[in-house]
Amino acid sequence: MKIDKEGRSEGAAGPGAGAGRSPIEFRLDPASGVPTYLQLVHQVEHALRLGYLQPGDQLPRIRDAVAGLAINPNTVLKAYRELEHKGLAAGRPGQGTFVEATLDQVALPQLATLRRSLLGWLATAQSAGLDEDGIVALMTSALRDFRERRGSPAAGRGAPSQTGEVA
Amino acid sequence: MNVIECGGLGKRYHRAWALRDCTVAIPGGRVVALVGPNGAGKTTLLHLAVGLLAPTAGRISVLGREQPGSPAALDGIGFVAQDAPLYKNLPVADMLHVTRNLNRRWDQQHAQARLAELGIPLAKKVGKLSGGQQAQLALTVALARHPQLLVLDEPLAMLDPLARHDFMAGVMAAVAEEGITVVLSSHALAELERVADYLIVLARGRVQVAGEVEDLLATHRTFTGPASQALDDSERLRVVHARGGQAQAHLLVRTDRPGQPPPGGWESHPVSLEELVLAYLREPEAAALPGPRPLRDATAMTS
Repeated sequence: MKIDKEGRSEGAAGPGAGAGRSPIEFRLDPASGVPTYLQLVHQVEHALRLGYLQPGDQLPRIRDAVAGLAINPNTVLKAYRELEHKGLAAGRPGQGTFVEATLDQVALPQLATLRRSLLGWLATAQSAGLDEDGIVALMTSALRDFRERRGSPAAGRGAPSQTGEVA
Repeated sequence: MNVIECGGLGKRYHRAWALRDCTVAIPGGRVVALVGPNGAGKTTLLHLAVGLLAPTAGRISVLGREQPGSPAALDGIGFVAQDAPLYKNLPVADMLHVTRNLNRRWDQQHAQARLAELGIPLAKKVGKLSGGQQAQLALTVALARHPQLLVLDEPLAMLDPLARHDFMAGVMAAVAEEGITVVLSSHALAELERVADYLIVLARGRVQVAGEVEDLLATHRTFTGPASQALDDSERLRVVHARGGQAQAHLLVRTDRPGQPPPGGWESHPVSLEELVLAYLREPEAAALPGPRPLRDATAMTS
């Protein structure tokens, strides 16, 4: 169904259509509270970490992303500018935006260790009587303290909030 | 270039002012959301812009310096009126033929390609199409004239969720491909949040809020804290709307320094476009209008 529709829209896009399809497609989570452009940035980073995207791959063309999600093209442009700024993607005039670099995947074993110790901590928290929401609240508040102590730029831009705002 | 610019614009029907003292400049290259309660003057403002109405007071120009209704303005503006008026008894192909003859600018290929892409059969009678297809046909007719400015009056009101999504996707694709400016009135705040980068709130015939969505979201926060402190602190804050119970209060505030921590005891949260619009709609006396701002800043925001 989706492929059908995509195929048709590509065909009708005129010159330049079918120039290249991206290996990924964006989705939106309206309930996340995360700004749309940032959701797109995160999804590209996520796809890079998981290997869905490799250097040289094309990111979804603006027209396709816009038609698929019914969002403002400027939002996609902003996401791509952010990715370019991070050195992860680069625009090629008349062609689109392509993956430039890959994100660190070597940290995987370390990631697994961290995950294990976090799971252990979660079990402790649960046996202490904290439910899921309590855990999230505690995490958020601890993260806030951590950020403030470190004086990271994330703390400077806006007052930290519980809704997962990322600066 | 401002696609719509009005100063002191007013429209009176008999004794009642539908729109009053409206001064606003809508920059090009935006997707502009026009929101407000029923009867706030949205349709009146749009009809003045497309030249279907003449102002009672003030002035309005479109597409730079053009007068609404002038040949240049008519060529450059595509308009889809509320409930998308179409010739219901004609087959789709004849509908295209009629509109082609009524317009100086017409791209038949564009119209046919778009309908083919949407799977709308040319032989079918317009009245037999689904609501979503009829809306898409009206949009197709408007886009086939390759307007600089597309004006949509409540395009989503009659559509089911899927048709709404597909309609807005079509509009956004046109923005991406042709760089057209869109001004649309709607009550569908959730949809507007995804598409609008400029917001105008009308209330009681007056402009209540106007500005870049990004700026508006950056300069509004919700403070949550003890209700006992709300009264004292709200004197120092620019509170748009306050609500809460006996113990806890939520203040939607406007601030020039969004990075600044809130007063002691308050937690600061970002606001969504929907929250912001609802707060202003609940407080018709509150206003957020752009003040004078250096030109360089203005361009920096758009770059």
